[in-house]
Amino acid sequence: MKMNRRRFILASAIAGGGVLIGYSATRPSRHRRANEELVQGPERFISSFIKIDPSNDITIYIPHSEMGQGIHTSLSMMAADELDAAWEDVIIEQAPAIDLFANGDLVKGFAGEFGVPSFLMGLVNVSSFSVAELMNLQTTGGSTSIRYTGEYAMRTAGAAAREMLIAAAANRWSVSSTELTTELSYVQHNASGRSLSFGELAADAALLEPPENPSLKDRSQFNIMGRAISRNDIPAKVDGSAMYGLDAHSDDMLYAAIKLTPVFGTKLLSVDASEALAQRGVKRVIELEDSVAVVADNYWRAKKALELVNATFEESEFDKVSSTDIAARFDRELAESNGSTDKEVGDAEAALEESADVIEASYRVPYLAHAAMEPMNCTVHIQGDHADMWTSTQDALGMRGRVASVAGLPEENVTFHQTYCGGGYGRRLPFNWNMIDHATLIAKEFDVPVKTIFSREDDMQQDYYRPAVHNNFKAAFDANNKVIAWHSRFTGPIQVPGASHIAYDIENQSIRVVDGDSHVPIAAWRSVDHSQQTFFIESFMDEIAHRVGMNPYQMRMDLLQEHPRHRKVLEVAAEAAGYGQNLPDGHALGIAVQESFGSFVAEIAEVSMGEENQPIVHKVTCAVDCGWAVNPDTVEAQIESGIIFGLTAAMYGEITIENGRVAQGNFPDYEMVRMATSPEIEVHIVESGEALGGLGEPATPPIAAAVTNAIYILTGQRVRELPIKNHDFSRSNPVAQV
Amino acid sequence: MATFKVNSVEHTLDIEPDMPLLWAIRDELGMTGTKFGCGIANCGACTVHVNGSSVRSCVTPVSAVEGQEITTIEGLAIAAAGTNSSTPDLTAVQQAWIDHQIPQCGYCQSGMVMAVSSFLASNPNPTDAEIDASITNICRCGSYPRVRKAIRALANV
Repeated sequence: MKMNRRRFILASAIAGGGVLIGYSATRPSRHRRANEELVQGPERFISSFIKIDPSNDITIYIPHSEMGQGIHTSLSMMAADELDAAWEDVIIEQAPAIDLFANGDLVKGFAGEFGVPSFLMGLVNVSSFSVAELMNLQTTGGSTSIRYTGEYAMRTAGAAAREMLIAAAANRWSVSSTELTTELSYVQHNASGRSLSFGELAADAALLEPPENPSLKDRSQFNIMGRAISRNDIPAKVDGSAMYGLDAHSDDMLYAAIKLTPVFGTKLLSVDASEALAQRGVKRVIELEDSVAVVADNYWRAKKALELVNATFEESEFDKVSSTDIAARFDRELAESNGSTDKEVGDAEAALEESADVIEASYRVPYLAHAAMEPMNCTVHIQGDHADMWTSTQDALGMRGRVASVAGLPEENVTFHQTYCGGGYGRRLPFNWNMIDHATLIAKEFDVPVKTIFSREDDMQQDYYRPAVHNNFKAAFDANNKVIAWHSRFTGPIQVPGASHIAYDIENQSIRVVDGDSHVPIAAWRSVDHSQQTFFIESFMDEIAHRVGMNPYQMRMDLLQEHPRHRKVLEVAAEAAGYGQNLPDGHALGIAVQESFGSFVAEIAEVSMGEENQPIVHKVTCAVDCGWAVNPDTVEAQIESGIIFGLTAAMYGEITIENGRVAQGNFPDYEMVRMATSPEIEVHIVESGEALGGLGEPATPPIAAAVTNAIYILTGQRVRELPIKNHDFSRSNPVAQV
Repeated sequence: MATFKVNSVEHTLDIEPDMPLLWAIRDELGMTGTKFGCGIANCGACTVHVNGSSVRSCVTPVSAVEGQEITTIEGLAIAAAGTNSSTPDLTAVQQAWIDHQIPQCGYCQSGMVMAVSSFLASNPNPTDAEIDASITNICRCGSYPRVRKAIRALANV
């Protein structure tokens, strides 16, 4: 792979210098445009793009954001392998933010099969399923890139391109295609010993009609997929040259610091900016509907002057609301409302009624911020009827469309400059618009680029949060200690259908959701509902096991007879972690398993209690069945990342509301796992060979319960509310590990 | 006026003495490898070297580095190679970051690489406890297990 040739290019640069073989499935307009401007495409494929130069440079355009998940590399591997390209010939490019490269078709194409991906739920009117709204997307989220774009677009594009190159060679040599083979970016005719490079054939191939059903390789034929290939984005990330949204820079740039209304949903009343305006470098103080911004020639000057602005915001009904009030409201809903059905199997109410042995527990988790390391920012430069923009995002086209809409410009008049993304985790998805909207409104006042930056405090206090959730459980046993009823009542909203469902074989189940609204804005947060629900379900399952004196691992295995993939990851993790064997004194193992985003993950946490009576997580052993691994090292990295992200939430994560506003401001209040608190992590990839699963999110859900289940053994205390840091473990009463 | 060297180049800037070095480097000099993360010296994304020692530039006023030699991530390899080298390569730490495939989103890694570089320069064979106590940078993507492996590998060289 040609490392140093990565560059972010614009649409106009695509046509020159090579032949682009592109596909569009569902939109005639795209198909026509591809025919006119670039190439022909068959009707059944999704946007996928391979450009081959005469010199045999093979450029693969990736319509997803690189935010550390290694997607540029992994998706390129999928296309290159099917193409039979030499990896050394491959150049990886970010697809530009133009509708030709939208990946929203993918949603339309496969929604029927898989349902609407959860991260797009906000975009869809689910009842009418108006997919038209989904078309203009370049979204990265929902752990979908590999399993949808990769499996259905990139591989197919590579395979189709390969067949077209073979056909071109067959024409050139007047031989049958069946006599030809491909290898390392060349087409060969073994009978005559002739060969031509893909580059020499690309112009002819581009004139051909793409095949309707290009044949994909079996796994045994892979040359690139399945190898631990170094990511192409890493070299630029160790020498300071990687560009993020925040790094947009020009000499005439201005910088905006902004104060948004601290109580969500209220408006700005009045501003006294006289002192701020007198500060060095300050250009303007701009009043917006819900905020005031200072624009200066340096961010620090803008921020410092903003502190001198005296802004008054309107009073609202939320001014006195605290987390305690919200929690009380959730509990009231759970007590008084019957809610709506999520899942009903058998008659759980009757089984509970009839059983002499019932267990009950109430769980809750708080709101959480995303806290990406790159604070939210957006640079907009409006000149007449054109705008340029820079922002780190999970949806370039979505952001372009939003800036166009706020600026009152046609979308095609906005040029989006793609950068790497300094953490997304759901925060940088469409509908979390506050940064984009404010940056655009501020930039409208100037004819130079204006970079609006959230301070860390703004970032934490003006987020769209992981919902706080309360969940009440009951389970009933029969005379033989068999679980016969599962009863779950939780506060919504449901962001991912099915996260509250259980794989366990329990004959009566009643799962219902009640209203969990508040004035706190919410959004997808890495693994979405699974982050809360897996903590609840896997903790309560553990309670059930201990209640009847069963080993928590064995109970799970017994109740998962119909779920071999769950069982396999449990088995592999248990074996690797030494489950049931001797541990160092004072150590215990907690276990949890969950399927999410198409992958099955079991995690076993080895925990002890430290001198301060706080848990120390020494090691996490994880087994993951994601079908198979496109890039095994990236799989491991995503698992490590997901576990630490979830561990941070379990140990420390808590956004609380006081007087209607977020109480936490910066990292001391919202602590993170760091070097000293990061466990050793051992990852075992279980290759079931099933359909590819996602990887960005599935490792996050199980870790909280794995840790708290171990804490129960160590202390006798069942952690039913996160974060763990709020619990006092000084009066421990260890439980024997069954 | 503030005068200091960044990656061996002397700059004299007409800026306030209390402007944090971070914003002088980023907004005044236009060098963007050094990152803004928290603004309160808690996360370490803004770490640079002043005379070879790690400093969190977001709370370091330029008056405190008057006349000093500052190295940013962009200049790390040149500084390590010394003035005689015309073609600086990556430092051993940077190469280890590639070998161990450490960065994910990568936003924190400029600071992480700077912090580890000065740490290993002063303590080439650290214990785990010393690593834990000294490397306090936040990586939201959770690269810590790989950072630890890389430090151990570098220590064993």
